[in-house]
Amino acid sequence: MAGSVDLSKGLPSHPEKSTLEGKNKFLGFWIFLGGETIMFATFFGTFLGLREGTAGGPSAEELFSMPLVFIMTMLLLTSSLTSVLAMFSMKKNNFKNMLVLMIVTVLLGVGFLGFEIYEFVEYVHHGLGYTTSAFASSFYTLVGLHGAHVLFGLCWITTLIIRYSRSGITLTNAPKFYVASLYWHFIDVVWVFIFTVVYLMGIGGA
Amino acid sequence: MATATATKDKSVLWDWLTTVDHKKLAVLYLIAGTLFFVKAGMMALFMRIQLMSAENDFLTGQTFNELITMHGTIMLFLAATPLIFAFMNFVIPLQIGARDVAFPFVNALGFWIFFFGGLLLSVSWFFGGGPDAGWTAYVPLSSGEYADLGLDFYVVGLQVSGIGTLVSAINFIVTIINMRAPGMTMMRMPLFCWTGLVVSILIVFAFTPLAAGLALLMLDRIFGGQFFIPDMGGNAVLWQHIFWIFGHPEVYILVLPAFGIISEVIPAFSRKRLFGYTAMVFATLVIAFLGFMVWVHHMFTVGLGPITNSVFAIATMGIAVPTGIKIFNWLFTMWGGKITFNTAMLCASSFVPTFVLGGVTGVMLAMVPVDYLYHDTYFVVAHFHYIIIGGIVLGLLAGTYYWYPKMFGHKLNEKLGILMFWLFYIGFHMTFFIQHILGLIGMPRRVYTYLEGQGMETMNLVSSIGSFVMGAAILVLIINVVYSAFNSERITVNDPWDARTLEWSTPTPIPEYNFAQTPQVRSLDPWFYEKVHGDGTMKPAEPMTDIHMPNGSILPFVIGLGLFIWGFGMIMINMDDTIVPPFLVIGTGVILTFGSMLIRSIKEDHGYHIPLEQVKKIEKEVS
Repeated sequence: MAGSVDLSKGLPSHPEKSTLEGKNKFLGFWIFLGGETIMFATFFGTFLGLREGTAGGPSAEELFSMPLVFIMTMLLLTSSLTSVLAMFSMKKNNFKNMLVLMIVTVLLGVGFLGFEIYEFVEYVHHGLGYTTSAFASSFYTLVGLHGAHVLFGLCWITTLIIRYSRSGITLTNAPKFYVASLYWHFIDVVWVFIFTVVYLMGIGGA
Repeated sequence: MATATATKDKSVLWDWLTTVDHKKLAVLYLIAGTLFFVKAGMMALFMRIQLMSAENDFLTGQTFNELITMHGTIMLFLAATPLIFAFMNFVIPLQIGARDVAFPFVNALGFWIFFFGGLLLSVSWFFGGGPDAGWTAYVPLSSGEYADLGLDFYVVGLQVSGIGTLVSAINFIVTIINMRAPGMTMMRMPLFCWTGLVVSILIVFAFTPLAAGLALLMLDRIFGGQFFIPDMGGNAVLWQHIFWIFGHPEVYILVLPAFGIISEVIPAFSRKRLFGYTAMVFATLVIAFLGFMVWVHHMFTVGLGPITNSVFAIATMGIAVPTGIKIFNWLFTMWGGKITFNTAMLCASSFVPTFVLGGVTGVMLAMVPVDYLYHDTYFVVAHFHYIIIGGIVLGLLAGTYYWYPKMFGHKLNEKLGILMFWLFYIGFHMTFFIQHILGLIGMPRRVYTYLEGQGMETMNLVSSIGSFVMGAAILVLIINVVYSAFNSERITVNDPWDARTLEWSTPTPIPEYNFAQTPQVRSLDPWFYEKVHGDGTMKPAEPMTDIHMPNGSILPFVIGLGLFIWGFGMIMINMDDTIVPPFLVIGTGVILTFGSMLIRSIKEDHGYHIPLEQVKKIEKEVS
């Protein structure tokens, strides 16, 4: 089962799912992402239900700044691209390339997170505390949960990079890198929805 | 690959704390689930004592509220779910011909997180009383304004135990999809595996809204969120939507595995194959789908308007169709069969009419105008106890008597079993049938007492006596377990019931690797097929070689403990005076949890191999 892959001709073209363990991780992680989707959907629903409930506090139109959100979006979308390219490198068995691209992904993610912290601090200065209104609570919870996912993803990918910096691509670590990059894509897709539902609809007043 | 074989000189306790073997985890689930079941059952008896006579003062209203909340919460989350997981854990890998589950580590993790979550919920009694807002925890009853510290334990404890359930479900899905033996196509899979798969999918899609909802309530209660506070722009009905989007599928999460058990037991003791296998599979899928479409039938009286109510009423009644298909298929399976009425079969066959009764009252409650009359009366209490006890508990009892020999190597005593069954069945109907009538004459639910002279005294007395008869039945079951452990013979045959599915082809006791060689499956009911058409043994699908097994690990236990400490620290924020600052406790928990996760991800664990000679030796011993 686990050790039955013939490695005499080099790595197989899909090192991430050529072992049963890899296949299991691959499928299990997709199902986990299904659950995450439902969880985010619940928070999106909550936000949509409560976004008018400002209780006299600051509202979306007064707060959101398009340039800032644009920069954040660009950073995150680019980081998603670099993580895809990293997976291509993995399938071509180019370990060094993969590692560099993963490091770039992490740096872009750190940039995104920095802007998000700046954004939150700014909003608090404008009078939008967590307890100000239902709008405030649901905004910080939804966007903050996404931010927490970004942070977790950064820690995860960094751990992988450090742990396997000298090992090359193996059948053991290929599924781990692959799953981490899947997670990173998921975070990116969620951000696209946040960008639309929270920021565009907030500024446009739809 | 590490080839070092695990040493055998581990202490028993350490062995159980670190085990990742699905069969041992099943036993742990069984023990934990039974303890919680007995606890919640005793709470029910206390409530029935209180309601035995009018204006009784055995309990205060506050205690009654706490009992009613904890009874419901424990029964659903900490008793029924783990008992179902016990059977799923034990049976599913065997039925699909797998050596283990897909993620043995995650399997252990699921158990320990569930267990510590349950513990967190239970320790609320030592900190000023249990949660008291009902198991549905409707806001504003459950808001910081009206509910005390107990509800923080509810919110955080359920959150933790829900995470455990969730990770176990992911593990089951992957196991069933990826780990089936050669020849075991989806449409040859036993029905218990099918329901296990569908239920696990339901858990992934239903427990996550619950987790989100509990997080919102926790943020409101502990961190000053405004989600459910109308004055601050929040919305109280939002909680009901989120709760029931989880809560309705939860019913099917519990009852579908019971359907699965019934679909294994009835064919085995009717000596016929299951009638309409394909229809049964598709009925399961349709029930699962519709389960998500009906949550508003819990909210007819909220005032969402006639259109909404009608749509959900029709969807609700629609569930009767696939359920009816199942009922008739069980009847046709028994029809013309050579039926053996032992305890397992008694429980399984009596499940059918009881469940139909619960289903019929379900259709009655689905009619919106009528629901306005029944709402919050004992009619509803009677309805869902017919589903939950007459459905789930009877299914679990059938499963217990059926799989007991495979799990523990000996049968349960039949005489005590049949005594238990009749006590339970009579006690159950005595308790709950009369509650339909109590509801119709207007006895409200969730109320700790009632007035004299309204014609409710006698019926409540009968109901209470019935509950004690049911309690006696469970006592007989526990006596039976102890008695049989000492007095019944070890079974020498591997297949004491002459059954049909793969788990009965394994030796008893089952070696840790389940199958020395993965079996080749040639038909539905593969074991029965080989007995009739083959030579009575499974054909191997692979040569006999070294067997690769996962190592045990203490990390799942530590992660569970870490989440317990973390959760407790969060609750401490709401406590008046604490000896240590809450953030220290939270920090300890976070470090334990994430530290263990870090260790797990950094330390590669390739498991170990059981060498071929040892496999041959073990096989000789057990056969």
